Amino acid sequence: MKTKSIILVGVGGQGSVVASRILGNLLLSQGFDAKVSEVHGMSQRGGAVSTYVKYGKEVHSPVVEKGEADIMVAFEQMEAARWLSYLKIGGKLIVSTQKLPPMPVITGAAQYNENIIDKIKALGVDTISVDALGLAVQAGNARTSNVVMMGVLSNIMDFELAAWQKALEESVPPKALEENKKAFELGRNISEKVKEV
Amino acid sequence: MGKKLMLGNHAVARGLYEAGVRVVSSYPGTPSTEITIHAAGFEREKMWVEWSPNEKVGAEVAIGASIAGARAFSGMKHVGLNVAADPLYTASYTGVNGGLVFAVADDMGMHSSQNEQDSRHHAIAAKVPMLEPSSAHECKEFTKLAFEISEQFDTPVLLRLSTRTSHSQGVVEEQERVERDMGDYKKDAEKYVMMPTYARAKHPKVEERTLKLIEYAETSPLNKIEINNPEIGIITSGTTYQFSKEAFGNDASYLKLGIVNPLPTQLILDFASKVKKLYVAEELDDIIETHCRKIGLSPLGKEIFTYVGEYSGPYIREKITGEKTPYLEFGEPIPVRPPILCAGCSHRSVFYVLKKLGVMVNGDIGCYTLGATPPLSAMDTCICMGAGVSALHGFNKARKDYENRAIGVVGDSTFIHNGITGLINIAYNRTNSTILIVDNSTTGMTGHQNNPANGHDIYGDFTAKVDLEMLCKSVGINRVVVIEPSDMAQTERVLKQELDANEPSVIIARMPCALLKTTKHKAALSVNEKCNGCKMCMRIGCPALTFADNKAKVNSTLCVGCGVCTQMCKVGAIGGEHED
Ligand SMILES: Cc1ncc(C[n+]2csc(CCOP(=O)(O)OP(=O)(O)O)c2C)c(N)n1
Repeated sequence: MKTKSIILVGVGGQGSVVASRILGNLLLSQGFDAKVSEVHGMSQRGGAVSTYVKYGKEVHSPVVEKGEADIMVAFEQMEAARWLSYLKIGGKLIVSTQKLPPMPVITGAAQYNENIIDKIKALGVDTISVDALGLAVQAGNARTSNVVMMGVLSNIMDFELAAWQKALEESVPPKALEENKKAFELGRNISEKVKEV
Repeated sequence: MGKKLMLGNHAVARGLYEAGVRVVSSYPGTPSTEITIHAAGFEREKMWVEWSPNEKVGAEVAIGASIAGARAFSGMKHVGLNVAADPLYTASYTGVNGGLVFAVADDMGMHSSQNEQDSRHHAIAAKVPMLEPSSAHECKEFTKLAFEISEQFDTPVLLRLSTRTSHSQGVVEEQERVERDMGDYKKDAEKYVMMPTYARAKHPKVEERTLKLIEYAETSPLNKIEINNPEIGIITSGTTYQFSKEAFGNDASYLKLGIVNPLPTQLILDFASKVKKLYVAEELDDIIETHCRKIGLSPLGKEIFTYVGEYSGPYIREKITGEKTPYLEFGEPIPVRPPILCAGCSHRSVFYVLKKLGVMVNGDIGCYTLGATPPLSAMDTCICMGAGVSALHGFNKARKDYENRAIGVVGDSTFIHNGITGLINIAYNRTNSTILIVDNSTTGMTGHQNNPANGHDIYGDFTAKVDLEMLCKSVGINRVVVIEPSDMAQTERVLKQELDANEPSVIIARMPCALLKTTKHKAALSVNEKCNGCKMCMRIGCPALTFADNKAKVNSTLCVGCGVCTQMCKVGAIGGEHED
């Protein structure tokens, strides 16, 4: 099997570490060689962050480069645009509709790009957009939007639901399991609807 | 036990534990920090782990433990090895009793560092072996092997990591810890007292050791030839090996060097004779390439590959074959998203006031370096840990007229690391320098490690706490003032007063980091109808404040009620509890 690549992009503090842990545990349970690469430090202080997940029979480079990701999961709209070039041509994008203005926008030095998701779709990218934050709030905790996104992702990856659920249990603190399960469910269901359309 | 997905750094920690290491002493530094954090997760009765005040102390603690007969370790980032270079270069002469390993994590691409130096130069200059793993699995294996090599060849060993090796998770299989008997301590002055007489006898032994290590490198399984397609032959190591494999898979042949110092000769000549076109792929400097030229080869190296930043699979492929991976582009400029001070950060108000006062800010490294970015833009310099204090003295000696309008800013951990020696110099050699210690009770930048100024050790236990006020007074600074930085009027008044003073002074701005579990947050604030859209509050660069429809707005999920924006507002429009 050819190595597959997923890139998770967002803003420091949006929970990409937990999301990548879920994916890592899932892939390991399915017998794959896997590498998960994250960058700590400066980039965590509200900066743009990207996490790479690669799996296959034998994974070499832990890094995903431009034009390489089979799937991109974007926790924030502007970050989807920023990292779009990392998506393989023909790859799939799952994007949260959440907008987090970066400092230059907050201070008025720059503008938040308009209609990002429409523009990405117009480029012919296979895109699923989700109100992950809204669903997370519905699940009982705004901070579970990362797990909502994993629920959406579960629909376009070929693994059994039980394996996802087990990976989720292994990756979140027991205290927070219920709301995370709910968040995952909500994400999984919305995208089924999207797929039917 | 079993197979787990582990960070490279976690795998190193696991390797330390399995290798029977007894003492670990490190100063944090991205990307090396998690080695020591994970090491502290094992039973401390078996393996004592501590945060040291700086890398030199950490390395020396490990040297002492090795002399005592224990396997010992210290981990650091690349610039940390500059600080620990002094003990390393002489430990190379003394050799070891228990195995002694230092991990050094380079940061190609400068994800979180102030420079991009190649730490292989230290291995060459100190004449010690250096191993370079290329995956999490190898992180554990090479760590254990490093201790064996250390004991077999009587030398400290460097383990070279990188951001990608340290911060990538891969599959690792856990094994049992093997305890080692330390035997009795025996005095051996000729081995451990490095004064000229004994050191002179040692230097030739170090050179002999290098020859033996070269011999070892010629046949060690750590250096591996993989012959596939003979058209392209790549000599490489570490993550660059993984990048090369990604680029060519079985369509190229590889010499993967697990030992990057000293380098083998015969093995490289052998490999070169088996391939048509020889390449050296190495990030940063041309160390392997230079060695190849020394032994009569002419590989393609820095002629096609850069000295700058990180490589990747597609980069190596493109440089060798010219093939590019196609990709889409969004097609519009996208505003940058730089890292910023958190909502409620104790550093924010301080830098706003410094900017307002228009003083020269001789800065240093930590979260507070973000005070250099817009809209605060309040820092003039940042060189290395400690220079925030010491360089100000030099600046003031050179420009007397700045003594009352230049200030040195340094964090609590940075002050302990190396700032205190600079302060001693200010008192001793007399400038009227003003130093601001931004004491947020933690080593924030590297992920909130405890340090000697916060009174907790790596395990979270209470321990001796440096009294910063007394420490500063004891070195000869008479004016030491403690302020509460969230009170901006007080901060401004005290800063002016101490800058004006005609003697050196220290101001300690004390307020715990907003992200610490022990920091109590107030209710989120809100903007009322008095807001006239003047944007004064936007000048502090708080991520919890946004501006829309000509009014400021507080993001209640981010706001921790620190009240700095309330003090910025001239019309009393921000305050109270949030309406939600
Ligand atoms: C020699 C050296 N060691 C380690 C580091 C990594 N490092 C950068 S900032 C920092 C800690 C800063 O802590 P502190 O001074 O308390 O400031 P804070 O981040 O909490 O504001 C460390 C360890 C470095 N840059 N140089």
